[in-house]
Amino acid sequence: SPVEVGEGDSVERNWSMSDWQVKYKSSLKDRGTEGILKLREGMLLFVPNDPTSDSKLKVLTPNIKSQKYTKEGSKKPAWLNLSNKQGDSHIFEFQNYQDMHACRALITKALAKCEEEQTKKPAAVLTSAEQLSIADLELRFKVLRENIELQRLHKEFVETKVLTEDEFWATRKKLLGKDSIRKSKQQVGLKSMMVSGIKPSTDGRTNRVTFNLTSEIIFQIFAEKPAVRQAFINYVPSKMTEKDFWTKYFRAEYLYSTKNTAVAAAEAAEDEELAVFLKPDEILAQEARQKIRRVDPTLDMEADQGDDYTHLMDHGIQRDGTMDVVEPQNGQFRRSLLQDLNRHAAVVLEGRNIDVDSENTRSVAEALARVKQVSKADGETTKDANQERLARMSRLAEMEDLQAPQNFPLAPLSIKDPRDYFESQQGNVVNEPRGAGTLKRNVHEAYGSLKESILEIRTKGLRDPLIKPEVAFEVFRSLTQTISTAKNIIGKNPRESFLDRLPKSTRDEVLHHWTSIQELLKHFWSSYPITTTYLHTKVGKLKDAMSNSYSQLEAMKESVQSELRHQLSLLVRPMQQALDAAFQHYDADLQRRTAKSARGSAGEANGSV
Amino acid sequence: MATVASKLYSDDVSLLVLLLDTNPLFWSNRSTTFSQFLSHVLAFLNAVLGLNQLNRVVVIATGYCSCDYIYDSSLTLSGNSESGRTGMPALFGSLLEKLEDFIDKDEELIKEQEHDERIASSLLSGSLSMALCYIQRIFRSGHLHPQPRILCLQGSPDGPEQYVAVMNSIFSAQRLMVPIDSCYIGTQNSAFLQQASYITGGVHHAPKQLDGLFQFLTTIFATDLHTRSFVQLPKPVGVDFRASSVFGQSKLDGASTVSDKKRKAPDS
Repeated sequence: SPVEVGEGDSVERNWSMSDWQVKYKSSLKDRGTEGILKLREGMLLFVPNDPTSDSKLKVLTPNIKSQKYTKEGSKKPAWLNLSNKQGDSHIFEFQNYQDMHACRALITKALAKCEEEQTKKPAAVLTSAEQLSIADLELRFKVLRENIELQRLHKEFVETKVLTEDEFWATRKKLLGKDSIRKSKQQVGLKSMMVSGIKPSTDGRTNRVTFNLTSEIIFQIFAEKPAVRQAFINYVPSKMTEKDFWTKYFRAEYLYSTKNTAVAAAEAAEDEELAVFLKPDEILAQEARQKIRRVDPTLDMEADQGDDYTHLMDHGIQRDGTMDVVEPQNGQFRRSLLQDLNRHAAVVLEGRNIDVDSENTRSVAEALARVKQVSKADGETTKDANQERLARMSRLAEMEDLQAPQNFPLAPLSIKDPRDYFESQQGNVVNEPRGAGTLKRNVHEAYGSLKESILEIRTKGLRDPLIKPEVAFEVFRSLTQTISTAKNIIGKNPRESFLDRLPKSTRDEVLHHWTSIQELLKHFWSSYPITTTYLHTKVGKLKDAMSNSYSQLEAMKESVQSELRHQLSLLVRPMQQALDAAFQHYDADLQRRTAKSARGSAGEANGSV
Repeated sequence: MATVASKLYSDDVSLLVLLLDTNPLFWSNRSTTFSQFLSHVLAFLNAVLGLNQLNRVVVIATGYCSCDYIYDSSLTLSGNSESGRTGMPALFGSLLEKLEDFIDKDEELIKEQEHDERIASSLLSGSLSMALCYIQRIFRSGHLHPQPRILCLQGSPDGPEQYVAVMNSIFSAQRLMVPIDSCYIGTQNSAFLQQASYITGGVHHAPKQLDGLFQFLTTIFATDLHTRSFVQLPKPVGVDFRASSVFGQSKLDGASTVSDKKRKAPDS
């Protein structure tokens, strides 16, 4: 009987538990074993009446894929067919249809809850260093499957316990595409889509409205609605669970969407927590009020350009009501109706502010002049106040984009001519000493001697004899030797590589040795200096593996044909040299350690004496 | 006329473009003089022209800061006035004249230039480019043309500032399927020439004794492309693939041993 393993259900709410008398059939043809079907939290249990029978069954609700049942009207007995994700199906025969329907309803409920749970939980990331998620293991297997070379290395080292799994993969993070690389450095912004724009899914059959909630949505809700956020902090987990909180919140959203204010009011009256979601957001309102208070509401409108109306030429009606067109140069000799009216009105509003006998014209003029002076003196602001006013003005009116560019003093780049670097590297090539003056002279001389040579050959003709016979013979001999030895070493085809001439098995072995020795040496050298016992044992294991490799290389050299042996040993030599260096280092280090510990113990002995 | 030409056109007709190193700074302190060197070279050119009636030779001089065409065998008329007086083959009178003119021009140019901290390399990239241009013209001259190859007679060391240009020329030659043979007569290794010959499928050789240069040239570098399929020519054991100039290469002193040179990785 199949037993599935899955995650445990962590729902706090209890849902009803029931037992039914059923017959369990593994297939339609099966006669069926009688027993009790129990519905418990998160699973279905079937216990047969006969304790010796072995058809006990345990099905976890997350694994149930679908359920089928027989119709009431048909003459068939009440069967409920559950199929799970693996494809098995379990048939339960109930005593009557009522039981079957009850069971089915409960299972539906359980399934619905499971689905809700699953969509609600955001993707869990295992952060523990020791725990490997299933995904990671799968990735490793995939990488190994694709790369045969890597698989071979893995088999050789990890399975023989020379290296641990973690050590092996530690240097290959790139292959596994670890999170650090996948995570982009760019900060991801918020989505433009509104939360309230997410439509819930309605299930007509079960009359359920399902809202999907992800952490992204939660973030948006909290950011946009501070009242909800505050309510969450206040109510969860003291007053209600998170699930209840969100249920209430979405109930409020649903009520909004139905636009049924009467129902909303009624429910708000009943449930004070729900009311929080239905009312307008107090916190936002408060924030807005604070912002307003910070703004300076005073607008200084005491005077503006329009006060100088006597010089504004935009009102064309003359005093006597006509609208003549006047030449511009004569414009200043005009006055319009509006100008006079405005001036008269301004003075009337000011009122009579002198108390002087109006008989004497001169005294009236002087009094008015005095009054004006005094008001002018009062109105004059001090220099500081003026400055402050100007500063405030510029601050308020400042637009960053239009500010003048701030030219900070820059230090100029000094990029040297790259040729100096290259040519200084090549300095050892030329044997002659260099100096500007000497060079010029040298060059001149060189050209001179070259031209002399040409003149010489023009006059004298070609050399006679062109070439001595001994020299020619020597040339032939050396060339023949060169060509024949080269043929032995390389082979007829210059593009053929030595590796191709080896038999295939040897070639593969050589290449494999190369990669495995590299791997070993990588881990070996990274373990020094030895500070912990873990490293000590690791180095010991690596050294054994390396000596193993070494002897294998020697054996390979002996096994190959004699004509290839020299080339093979040349090829293998660098590997052996690297291994020798590693061994040397290991022995030296070991010697140092034993010497130190010997000295230490000797010192102790001396000290104690 | 065309039918006669096609009858004579055997598969070993070749066009040899010779890049001659006329860098005075190199030649000024050599035991072999330039005139001795020229004797070998001119005799060799004569031999090449003698191998086949339709063979052609082009000589490009590689100077210190310039390069130029010195000689084109298809343009020179036979019957030179100079033939009677000296032991000089008639064909090469004009070559030497032009060479002299070229060296004068090169001298002028070096006087104008200011920087004297450059290594005494010759303008290999320039002459390679000129050679390839000439060969390209030959390719377009019709379907009956000689098989071109380039022979680089070089003694000056590699100039790292020319690395990119030289590599470009090498790849162009590779695409055109023009082998670049190289004969290095200097003291150190030339990575450029080794790479050039390796990549284009030419022959590289660095003769040690220069008084036998003629023998080297006629034995190795006179073979045409068709013959090379059944004649064994010396091959270098390893090729120096180091990229110069970008990484500030330090040259090896003296002859390099086998273990110093990189082996070409097996083609996977």
